[in-house]
Amino acid sequence: MNNSSIRTYFSGTKNAAPLAVFRIQFGILMFWSIIRFAANGWISKLYIEPQFFFSYYGFEWVQPLGEWTYLIFIICGLASLFVAIGFKYRWAIIIFFLSFTYIELMDKTTYLNHYYFISILSFLMIFLPAHCYFSVDAWQDEKIRSQKVPSWTIDSIKLLLGIVYFYAGLAKLNSDWLFEAMPLQIWLPAKYSIPLLGDLLQQTWMHYIFAWSGAIYDLSIPFLLLYKRTKPFAFILVVVFHVMTRVLFPIGMFPYIMIASALIFFDSALHNKILEKLSEWLRISKSYFDNGAVYEFPKTWLRNASMGIISAFFILQLLIPFRYLLYPGELFWTEEGYRFSWRVMLMEKAGYANFKVVDPENDQRFYVDNTQFLTRFQEKQMSSQPDFILEYAHFLEDHYQEQGIKDPEIYAESYVALNGRRSQPYVDPNVDLTEIEPSFKHRTWLLPFDDEIKGL
Amino acid sequence: MKKYAILLLTVFFLWSCTNNGPSGPNPDDFDREAILVNWADNIIIPSFTDLSEATDQLHTSAETFSASPTQQNLNTLRNSWENTYLAFQHVSMFEMGEAMQLRFRDNLNIYPTDTTEIKQNVSEGGYDLTLPSLNDSQGFPALDYLIHGLGDNDIEILSYYTTNIDAQNYRTYLTDLTLRIDTLTDQVLNSWTSGYRDEFVSNSGNGANSSLDMMVNDYIYYYEKHLRAGKIGIPAGVFSGSPLSSHVEAYYSEGFSKALFNEALSASINFFNGTHFEGEADGQSLDDYLDYLNTMKDGADLTSIINSQFQDAKNEAQTLNDNFAVQVESDNSLMLSTYDELQRNVVNLKVDMLQALNINVDYVDADGD
Repeated sequence: MNNSSIRTYFSGTKNAAPLAVFRIQFGILMFWSIIRFAANGWISKLYIEPQFFFSYYGFEWVQPLGEWTYLIFIICGLASLFVAIGFKYRWAIIIFFLSFTYIELMDKTTYLNHYYFISILSFLMIFLPAHCYFSVDAWQDEKIRSQKVPSWTIDSIKLLLGIVYFYAGLAKLNSDWLFEAMPLQIWLPAKYSIPLLGDLLQQTWMHYIFAWSGAIYDLSIPFLLLYKRTKPFAFILVVVFHVMTRVLFPIGMFPYIMIASALIFFDSALHNKILEKLSEWLRISKSYFDNGAVYEFPKTWLRNASMGIISAFFILQLLIPFRYLLYPGELFWTEEGYRFSWRVMLMEKAGYANFKVVDPENDQRFYVDNTQFLTRFQEKQMSSQPDFILEYAHFLEDHYQEQGIKDPEIYAESYVALNGRRSQPYVDPNVDLTEIEPSFKHRTWLLPFDDEIKGL
Repeated sequence: MKKYAILLLTVFFLWSCTNNGPSGPNPDDFDREAILVNWADNIIIPSFTDLSEATDQLHTSAETFSASPTQQNLNTLRNSWENTYLAFQHVSMFEMGEAMQLRFRDNLNIYPTDTTEIKQNVSEGGYDLTLPSLNDSQGFPALDYLIHGLGDNDIEILSYYTTNIDAQNYRTYLTDLTLRIDTLTDQVLNSWTSGYRDEFVSNSGNGANSSLDMMVNDYIYYYEKHLRAGKIGIPAGVFSGSPLSSHVEAYYSEGFSKALFNEALSASINFFNGTHFEGEADGQSLDDYLDYLNTMKDGADLTSIINSQFQDAKNEAQTLNDNFAVQVESDNSLMLSTYDELQRNVVNLKVDMLQALNINVDYVDADGD
């Protein structure tokens, strides 16, 4: 590609309907997610009841706000509705991004790749003119109303989806996944009660079929969705794959979000049809928006800034998943560079961590009852993830200092079992964890993993 | 839109196709519901039935004693108390359904008991035993105090029920406690026999709210918190730095704590292996499920690892004094080594077994990351 073809690409335009449909779906699904989250009682259970929250490094200042936490969810839910109808869109999507990200940063116990996906997708959407068509904003403001948008605005969403799938596929290219069918071999037999599939899931060959087809699906689906001839077939695959994951795994709204998102790969004809139906149903005139205009950013610098930020965003997205290469040791064991990398469903890790508090002044020693400070869910997450263990040890240090031990030493006796292997000692039991500060440095205080997992 | 109808149909078609693989009857397939049936019919309900008979007896003994506080009646009451307390060790881990609603275990066995509160209840009257704040002045530990701990010797103890200014109140309090134990137990047993059993057995799916997941979580929680920590760890000072002899179970009985511990450990072992209550028959349980999953995975033989660790803990506990309070004060190291043996199985149960069984800890969205 030479300079001029790049320029031609960036001046190219497309019908705005796909972007509008994407915005509407996104808003509605997010609203539904928030309602579901609240209806399950999770706001209180995850963000109000626990007395301690695990923070991301550098985001310790993001904490739940007690009863006010509900307000953040209300704001986030309202913002998603505003996004759906395209009312004060830019503000709505910025507020959605901030409130949703705040919620995710409050406690990393609940970290899920798809929550991270929602965060970065909503960040991307801040810079896209998703409100220029079939929205309240476009209804009210003629300057915004446009039937066409720059091609790159639609393509950036496709690119993000492509990265998510492709990187998830790359992450599956390891010996545990491909040659041991792990962790599927642990997870699938437990789904015995699913009608029709339950018995099949007991078969080892079935675990391998799931593993290999999952990897091939992730690696190929972005391309199959891009080419016109394979597109309908690819969409069927998307639906089957995600319905399957919905049935098999507790991953909430994610399958629906991915199925809906994949529609962006289709021609605008489909999206225009969807919007026509919607117009009939809502009794509004879709043709009101069909003005033939091309969306222009209000100021040239805004356009340039948006493109600059989006470029930087994608460069980061391409690099972040590979940051694990900077660390020695087995990624699954040390989890250095594990998160934010589309490593979805790759590990079954169970752990147990018992903390010993020593008062060096009188050599008194005792063990901590974790249930005194953590919920069951938090304890489970803490005991197999080193950054949690360290953060908790520091919390314990503060707690016992308040209890009158001047300089408590804290040691962890911990065991972790990874992907069906026998449990083995995890944290070096002779290291006083209070002496170790959280950082991005390599964790020398973990014991080595006594097996090898080959691959990416 | 037509296209979409076709698309959807294709999806459903593919979906249903997945059943047409070469499945047929599968001899390897494991019947998880059989575990639930075994637990409910051969362990849980018989244990509660046994306890309910014992609590009935306990209440009768308490009424007899209350009507006529003699040494002989006191001895009978103590006997009933011991039998009932032992029977309770078999159901303490089943804190689910009605038992969970009632907070059965908290009402029956919080120790150390609050003797000041007991005395206050007795002298002031008007107590409401259903209040959670009064959990630590009722149940077996409160009875322990009332029949063993009020005085230094039996004559002194009897005087509380005869000549004490509050004697009538003591008699009433005693029977109020035994009545409450009896009522609560009957409530839980009734719920099991009139509906909950079927609900429990038919909830054989997979998920944090399925019976298997709930039961295994409860079991491990019980083993870790009530057996390992409550009966051994806390008195041995594992969580406080120095031994706390007054925190042993049945503290005032001076000599019954080991019997209770042994009974509870046996109950835990029986549950793991599916051994019928008061029987030798070995039904389906976690051991069989682990064996089944293990043959699939060629992993380590977890069942025998766990069982031999149970045995090690049992053997280690043999060396302990009948009265753990004495043991803690004379040679706490033996208590600590029993704790260590119990602790080893926490790792086996909580890490290796939970992973193998793929038990959900809680109902929250979570995938493998």
